[in-house]
Amino acid sequence: MNADDARTRILERLRAAAPDAANAADGHAAAPTLSRRIDAHFDVRRAMHAPADAATLTDAMQVNLQAAHAEVWRTDEAGWPALLAGRLAADGVRRLLFDSQGPEGAALSRALPSTVEAVAYQRPIEDWKRELFDTIDAGFTVARSGIAGTGTLVLVPDARTPRTVSLVPPLHVALVYADTLHADLHAAMRAERWQDGMPTNLVLVSGPSKTSDIQQTLAYGAHGPRRLWVLIVERAGKAPSAAVSGAVSSALSAAVSATPSSAVPGAVPAQGESA
Amino acid sequence: MSATPMHFVPSADFKARSRAALDDPKLRSSFRGAMDFLQNKRALQFPDGDELQALRDLGEAVRQHALAHLPALLEQLEAKLTEAGVQVHWAQTPDEANAIIAGIAERHGARSVIKGKSMASEEIALNHYLAERGIRSLESDMGEYIVQLAGEGPSHIVMPAIHKTRGDIAALFEQHIPDTPYTEDVDTLIQTGRRALRHAFVEADIGLSGVNFAAADTGTLWLVENEGNGRLSTTVPPVHIAIMGIEKVVASLDHIVPLATLLTRSATGQAITTYFNLITGPRRAGELDGPREMHVVLLDNGRTQAYADAQLRATLQCIRCGACMNHCPVYTRIGGHAYGTTYPGPIGKIISPHLLGLDATADLPTASSLCGACGEVCPVRIPIPQLLIRLRTEANRNPDEAVQHPLRGQGARYSRGEQLIWRFWRGAFAHPRLYRLFRWAATRLRAFTPSRQMGWTDHREPLRPAARSLADLLRERGQPE
Repeated sequence: MNADDARTRILERLRAAAPDAANAADGHAAAPTLSRRIDAHFDVRRAMHAPADAATLTDAMQVNLQAAHAEVWRTDEAGWPALLAGRLAADGVRRLLFDSQGPEGAALSRALPSTVEAVAYQRPIEDWKRELFDTIDAGFTVARSGIAGTGTLVLVPDARTPRTVSLVPPLHVALVYADTLHADLHAAMRAERWQDGMPTNLVLVSGPSKTSDIQQTLAYGAHGPRRLWVLIVERAGKAPSAAVSGAVSSALSAAVSATPSSAVPGAVPAQGESA
Repeated sequence: MSATPMHFVPSADFKARSRAALDDPKLRSSFRGAMDFLQNKRALQFPDGDELQALRDLGEAVRQHALAHLPALLEQLEAKLTEAGVQVHWAQTPDEANAIIAGIAERHGARSVIKGKSMASEEIALNHYLAERGIRSLESDMGEYIVQLAGEGPSHIVMPAIHKTRGDIAALFEQHIPDTPYTEDVDTLIQTGRRALRHAFVEADIGLSGVNFAAADTGTLWLVENEGNGRLSTTVPPVHIAIMGIEKVVASLDHIVPLATLLTRSATGQAITTYFNLITGPRRAGELDGPREMHVVLLDNGRTQAYADAQLRATLQCIRCGACMNHCPVYTRIGGHAYGTTYPGPIGKIISPHLLGLDATADLPTASSLCGACGEVCPVRIPIPQLLIRLRTEANRNPDEAVQHPLRGQGARYSRGEQLIWRFWRGAFAHPRLYRLFRWAATRLRAFTPSRQMGWTDHREPLRPAARSLADLLRERGQPE
């Protein structure tokens, strides 16, 4: 079998079948038109519903994450390190994997009690796979942004916080700034210009790992983290990026108004069992 | 350990398996319960009918745009992937795809492969192929793991073990996983599965996954899942191989946004799944995890045949959500295994003839009441009922008839006797004198109608002409024919 043969033959068969569009020299000139149609759909959907102020987006983010079985705290820049350190200690976490060089990591390092060991990701995964899988209790990441409409964290792993930090340990702790929340996936992709250049891995996380493969019964912790903790952190003087880009859906607004208000600055723990 | 390859399925088997499935009350209650559950979950995700229809319009437009430009988009995707350091392979047949994957495994001296969910890999019976070469291929999606332990194939494209009760699974785990007592507690069962598979991710030489969508403009593979096994399979082993049908590519990353929301809401009734895993190349310099080497296998396997025909091309719009099977009155009653094909249900009936030939699948397009539910729920508006009728026509076409785009197995159900009957019918209806003679004879000689009429009388009363024709009755009332 000649490998190039397969390629040539497949492309020949396709070209023979679609002589007009497929052979056009411009490839896919209609793509931008279709993109504009998609933009219009999602823009109209957002505009049809109540405008999104920072509090509405944050409420929606919290409600949707909790519905997906995540535990959520709303807190501020000064308060989160101590809050998280206390929760980790209370939970019996002994080894926490995170980047202590970044600003959030440095703040967390200072707050951690002596019972919680800070582990840095310093070696390629091959050099410590077993240790990573068997001895790390929790991983801490800072999300690039969040998507309020679905309760989604946008994670962009890098050299300091590789992909497996949010994947292998049984507990994943994520920090997301309230001012980075977008209304929906469409708004996030456009505002952050994903198409200008994608990282090797971009992960959207909407809750802890789960499955309903056994008789449609929902169970958590299938292969990824069993638990997801999210800190939604308000930064003084920062407006949400998404407030200009639109609103969350009315269904979400309704869901938010139906829950007791917890938009109090500072640490307001909320157990995620509403699903 | 793996499902036996199902490339040649005598049509007769479908009827036998359907009959057996209909007589199995446990299987029927499993499917009925599961389908009701999935139908309700989907309905709850689309409370706004206008939004649903607008999204379906977008989904259809995105898929049709991608198909209209398919060859150019595949070349663009290949260039982008190559630029990102991915090795791209093309396979016309299951054998070619298997050989490519086995070749990569052999170059690395691989002994074990850990798999994320991939229907394309089921299509080529990869597990079987690798096992024959001494390479262990382990399914890591919980449902796939369960059916692999049972020595079966998936019975649903999204929920592979949907035919199994928790009791079945408890017994399987007790039998196959060491130190596992029998329990029907689902949390315990899932944790058992997690424990059994955890080190397989660490030890695997290769991770293999499918692909839900590929964006040609960025060279991004978009994987949708809930469990995290897909992320582990594509991140932890040193080599990642992704296998995808050639139709999965779309022009642009933002085109995936409507498709992704249609997929999760139609498939499992989720606004979004736990993970959307967007992969754009292997580990780069400085990064500490992710595969060091990455391959993408572009699989044809009959897709170019569907593509060649302007009507049948719509088959390739499919995003594999499974909503058509969840709403199908036939699938709901006979389950996924009766079809004997990788893809069951309505989508299976219209895609399998291209994968396997109409000769091996001639009974599938007829296993439908044409109620239209599949077409109505399809998130990308594939006209499934029309395609079923078209495939019936192709199956009954004279195999020697020259057509512009002949299908493999054309005329598999062609019958000279049936053609003769139709010719007589046509003649009778075209000639009034002959027709009247036939009518006179049929009503007078009705006593001679056979009481056993081939398949018809297996489940029904025999057909018998009326004692008096409609024309006779009308004439009596003074209304001439």
